Formats: sequence, structure tokens, C-alpha cells
Amino acid sequence: MAYQMNFAPVMALAPQLFEGAFNTLILSGQSIVAGIAIGVVGAVGRTEGPRWLDRAIGAYVELFRNTPLLVQLFLIFFGLPYIGLRLSANAAAIIAVALNLGAYSTEILRAGLQAIPRTQIEAGLALGMSRLQVVRYVVIVPALRIIYPALTGQLTLTLLGSSIASAISATELTAAGARIESTTFRSLETFLCVAVIYIAMTFTFRFIYWLIGLLLFRRKAPPKPSLIADISEISRVGV
Amino acid sequence: MSALHINEIQKYFGALLVLDGVSLDIAQSEVVAVIGRSGSGKSTMLRCINGLEKIQAGSIEVAGHRIGPQGGDLRSLRKEVGMVFQSYNLFPHLTVLENVTLAPKVVKGVGREEAEAIAHDVLRRVGLAEKSGAYSDELSGGQQQRVAIARSLAMQPKVMLFDEVTSALDPELTGEVLKTMEELADAGMTMVLVTHEMGFARQVADRTVFMHKGKVWEQGPSEELFSYPQTPELRNFIAPNLK
Ligand SMILES: Nc1ncnc2c1ncn2[C@@H]1O[C@H](COP(=O)(O)OP(=O)(O)OP(=O)(O)O)[C@@H](O)[C@H]1O
Ligand SMILES: [Mg+2]
Repeated sequence: MAYQMNFAPVMALAPQLFEGAFNTLILSGQSIVAGIAIGVVGAVGRTEGPRWLDRAIGAYVELFRNTPLLVQLFLIFFGLPYIGLRLSANAAAIIAVALNLGAYSTEILRAGLQAIPRTQIEAGLALGMSRLQVVRYVVIVPALRIIYPALTGQLTLTLLGSSIASAISATELTAAGARIESTTFRSLETFLCVAVIYIAMTFTFRFIYWLIGLLLFRRKAPPKPSLIADISEISRVGV
Repeated sequence: MSALHINEIQKYFGALLVLDGVSLDIAQSEVVAVIGRSGSGKSTMLRCINGLEKIQAGSIEVAGHRIGPQGGDLRSLRKEVGMVFQSYNLFPHLTVLENVTLAPKVVKGVGREEAEAIAHDVLRRVGLAEKSGAYSDELSGGQQQRVAIARSLAMQPKVMLFDEVTSALDPELTGEVLKTMEELADAGMTMVLVTHEMGFARQVADRTVFMHKGKVWEQGPSEELFSYPQTPELRNFIAPNLK
């Protein structure tokens, strides 16, 4: 006998899903802002700073790139109370995801900074700029342009990775799905809905990254993300 | 008082001695051409003058700013010394106008309107007033190099350094850049130019310096130096160029 899909019980709890989705947006949005900030400081620190700073940041990067995000989250959530920091599940999740993204984006941004020819930096210095002014006005935008696809890809992973927060019962989308599943017993239907919402969110984010790219790289914006191109193609055909 | 005073500088790359006690005094409004074989240290000397390379001995003084082996106030010195590179090095993400206004704005703290007024003025001087909205990849090599000259001029430097600024250009484009430099010289700019354009050195430079093996091998008023080279090395160097 074929399995009969029944979405009705899940739909009845749709508000919980939307609340979860909203929390996922908040959680990953905050993690992204903090993670990118860490990445910028980390990348500039590694390329421009003294050797000890490069080493220290390098150790942080290796630590976070060689352990699972879930383990990082557990260490922060269960570990920080021992040093007197009691965090909510959501706060611990934001910190863990931000530190994880910070490690990856440090390396991505550093690759971008190193891809800029030395002659560009010398031209800036010869005009009397400080090294940090050169980074800010001469190097950052072309560097970002080079690594933009890698960086936005990492940000999509961050949005999806925030789902691990469900393991410490934060209130994001995957956790909401798990709760609904445990009351309705409609596992497949629940997580199909969850997946669709994730896809809608990642598409929206990728569209936003593309718009930001247009603003940032007025000249020669990176190509549109392909799925977005497909969507606009479909809507033009009128499906 | 001299505009630029180079005193017995030594520069090593590892164990390789590239500048071996170079001294030069350049007067206000003087135009000095530097010639010499590949590897004789011409570029290195220019790069030492504005602190892109550290020196191991000696000193460099421009407009009251002094750098030595211990360094010095590089940023103050660089405000007074403009440099134009062989490969133009325009900032590709900025328009011509933004390339030219950037340093006055962020280094000198000049306001936007004033910076743009300066930019339009220097762009007019290099004959590119109408290109202010263009990006560097929309310009010919000659135009890019003239923008690079304008960008440097916008900082109102006391001395300008040119390192083979026409070497990357197609022959038919060198003329416009040389003309811009000649106009600068006529306007009284103090200039040091490394060049392979012997004719230009002879015609525009007040003095020509021949570098050989990291030393100032021979120097003199350009006309004299080219007509009556004293050392066999210089004679060998300019002989093929005269043909
Ligand atoms: N960054 C560097 N590291 C090591 N050696 C260098 C470096 N830059 C230059 N040199 C060496 O220093 C010497 C002088 O180089 P420099 O570029 O000053 O010569 P140049 O007179 O400008 O030659 P060209 O006419 O080819 O431009 C050369 O032997 C060169 O190989
Ligand atoms: Mg050279």
C-alpha cells in the first residue's frame, strides 16, 4: 500500500514553522554579521599584523576548521557556564556559528587580500596612504570581488549550518520541525516543509548577496547566481 | 638648498649590493634623467627615495623629511614625493576622478568639493578632463599613464619620480606621455626620471646620470654627457642608441 501524504496536521502548526524560520533568519543574520567582522579582522591581522598575531589567528582558524560545528556548539554551550557565563541556547548558537564562519571567512578573505598585486599596494603607499588606508581603499573591494562567490557560498553554508542549534533546543527552524514531527508523527511531510522553507531562504539570501555585489562592484559585478537566473528565466516564460 | 638630497646610500637585497654609495643632489625645478643598463639599480634608487625599499646606509632628505637605515617619517616624505610607475597601477575599481581624489581626501583630509576641483585641474593639465567618469580598463595605456601622472600631481608633490613610464606603451602612445612630462618640466616641477628614451633625456633633462654597477658612474649636463661621454662604459652604453 502506497504511503498517503497528509500535510494537514503539519499545516495546522505552520505558525510554529514560520516562527522557527524567523528565528533561523535572526540567528544566522547575527552570526553572519559577526562572522564576517571576525573574518575581516582576522584576514587583515594575518596579512598586516605582527607575526605573533598571525600565529594566534592561525591557531584559532585551525581549531575551528578541524572540529565539527556541533562539537564547537556543545563546548560553548556546556563549557562557558564553567567560567561563569550562562548563555541561552540561541546566544550560544550565534556565538558558535559566528566563530565558525569567522575562521572560514578569515581564510577566504586572506586569499583575496593576497591575490591583489603588490604594485597596487605600492601605488597606494607612494601616495602617502598608511597600510590600513591602502587595505581599506585600494585592496578590499577588488579582493572581495575575487572571492565573492566563495564567500557567499560560505554564508549559505552558515545559514544551513545554523540548524545544528536544534541540538541544544534553540528555537530555530529545524528545532521547530522536530517539535512538530514529535506531535504529528508526520516526519516526511514536516521535513519536506522545512526543506522548502530553507530553499526559499537561501534563494532570498543569494539574491540579496547579488544585489550587494552590484552595489559594491559597480564596475563588473560578479555573475548572477545561476539559480536566480533560472528563476527569472522561468518567470519570463510564464510558468 | 636642494630639493632632493641623496647621501651615500647603500641598498642590499640579501647579500647582493645593489646601490653602492649613491649620492645625488637635485635642485629645485631641476630635471634629472637616470640611464643605465638593466640591473644597474635605477629602479631601486627611485624606490629608495620614497621609502618603498629600506636602505642599509646613508640618508635621503626631501623637504625637511629625512629617512635613513632606521627608517623615518615615511608618510610625510611620501606626501612630498610623487611616483609614477611603468605599469600605471591605477585602481581598477575606481573611476578616473576617484583615483585622483582618493589620496587628497584620505591622506590630506581635503573635502570632496575641493578634492574634485584639484582633480579637474590636474586632469586638464594632462589633457583628460573629459575622462573623469571612465574606469581604467576603458582607457588606452597612454591615457592610463597620464591619469597616473595626474593622480600623483593631485598631492602637489615637491618632487616627482618616473620609472620608465613609457616602456609598457605602444610606440605611437609614448609621445602623449612624454609631452605631458615635458610640460611638467616646463612648469618647474623637480623631476627624476629613469628612462630608455635617450632622445627625450637629452632634450628635456637638465642633467643626466649614468648608473653602472650600483654607482653613479658618470653625470653631467645632458647635452655634454651624450656628446662627450668620459668613461668607456657610458660610451658603450650610448653607442648603439645613437645609431
Ligand atoms: N625585490 C628584489 N629582490 C631581490 N633582488 C632585487 C629586487 N629588486 C631588484 N633586485 C636586483 O637588484 C638589481 C637592480 O635592480 P633594478 O630593478 O634597480 O635595476 P634597473 O636598473 O631598474 O633595471 P631595469 O632597466 O631592468 O629596470 C638587479 O640585480 C635585480 O635583480
Ligand atoms: Mg627598472
